[in-house]
Amino acid sequence: MFEISLGHYLTLSAIIFTIGVAGIFLNRKNIIVILMSIELILLAVNINLVSFSVFLGDLTGQIFTLFILTVAAAEAAIGLAIIVVYFRNAGTIRVEEIDKLKG
Amino acid sequence: MRTDSLMIQGIFFYIFSLIAIISAIMVTVSRNTVHSVFFLILDFVSISCLFIMSGAEFLGMIMLIVYVGAVAVLFLFVVMMLNVAQQENEWFQSKKSKEQNSSHIPIGFLISIIIFFELIIVIGGWKLKPEIFNNLDFKPIVGATNTHSIGSVLYTDYIHLFQISGMILLVSMIGAIVLTYKKRVGLKRQSYIKQISREKLSGVEIVEVEKNKGVKIDV
Repeated sequence: MFEISLGHYLTLSAIIFTIGVAGIFLNRKNIIVILMSIELILLAVNINLVSFSVFLGDLTGQIFTLFILTVAAAEAAIGLAIIVVYFRNAGTIRVEEIDKLKG
Repeated sequence: MRTDSLMIQGIFFYIFSLIAIISAIMVTVSRNTVHSVFFLILDFVSISCLFIMSGAEFLGMIMLIVYVGAVAVLFLFVVMMLNVAQQENEWFQSKKSKEQNSSHIPIGFLISIIIFFELIIVIGGWKLKPEIFNNLDFKPIVGATNTHSIGSVLYTDYIHLFQISGMILLVSMIGAIVLTYKKRVGLKRQSYIKQISREKLSGVEIVEVEKNKGVKIDV
């Protein structure tokens, strides 16, 4: 039980991924929490890549984790900028009040 | 001795992953947005501890710097600027119309549970094929640290991807500035083009002033 295998890391990543997906679906408050859930999902993917890379002894997974980190930082910056602009225009970022597109 | 160290490693894995899972849940259910940002930071810290523990030290440190140092602080700044901290998180209910808006919640639960069980099935039925080890063309540098070996791969095989990721960062920086830039009216600004292209003929005007009368100047 105490010997940590690849399956342990993959299970952890599956749990965090599911929490992120559930956070996107069940969120009723504001878009910032949805962005944070997306960060959680990216984190779960990073755990997957790093654990495979460590257990297989191949560094490619860690390199791609580095790139995912870059893209996640860029995505957070752009997403937060969009949220700031939307808040300036509409005065709210509540999820249920953003229904201009009637989706 | 070896089983001892394995056991200690297992205990620490369970501690860190438990903290990570609990803080991930708290990110989504916390009523206060500032609290969820703090739990996101805790999540990143514990996951980077796991990375460092499993031998990917460089990525653990980079996670600390990028996520905790930059992204989470960005989130905190935006939360403070938008003043959404007092907006309460309402699970399963909404002010506008209760029946219409909450209809997607069971579907959301269903989809996330299905995703979770799919992932668990994949992990459970998955076996490491021995051929994979033979197909790897990675030659580890003997005696090198994790950072050293990542650098030796990143700056040789993946140099183009590395430069493209720099371009992504540049584009996101410009995009964020362009999106949030607001041109204010009625503000006096310096215009270099106007100043440089100013000529003597248009800039200086000789006015004949009559005696005992002022001069009206248009500004």
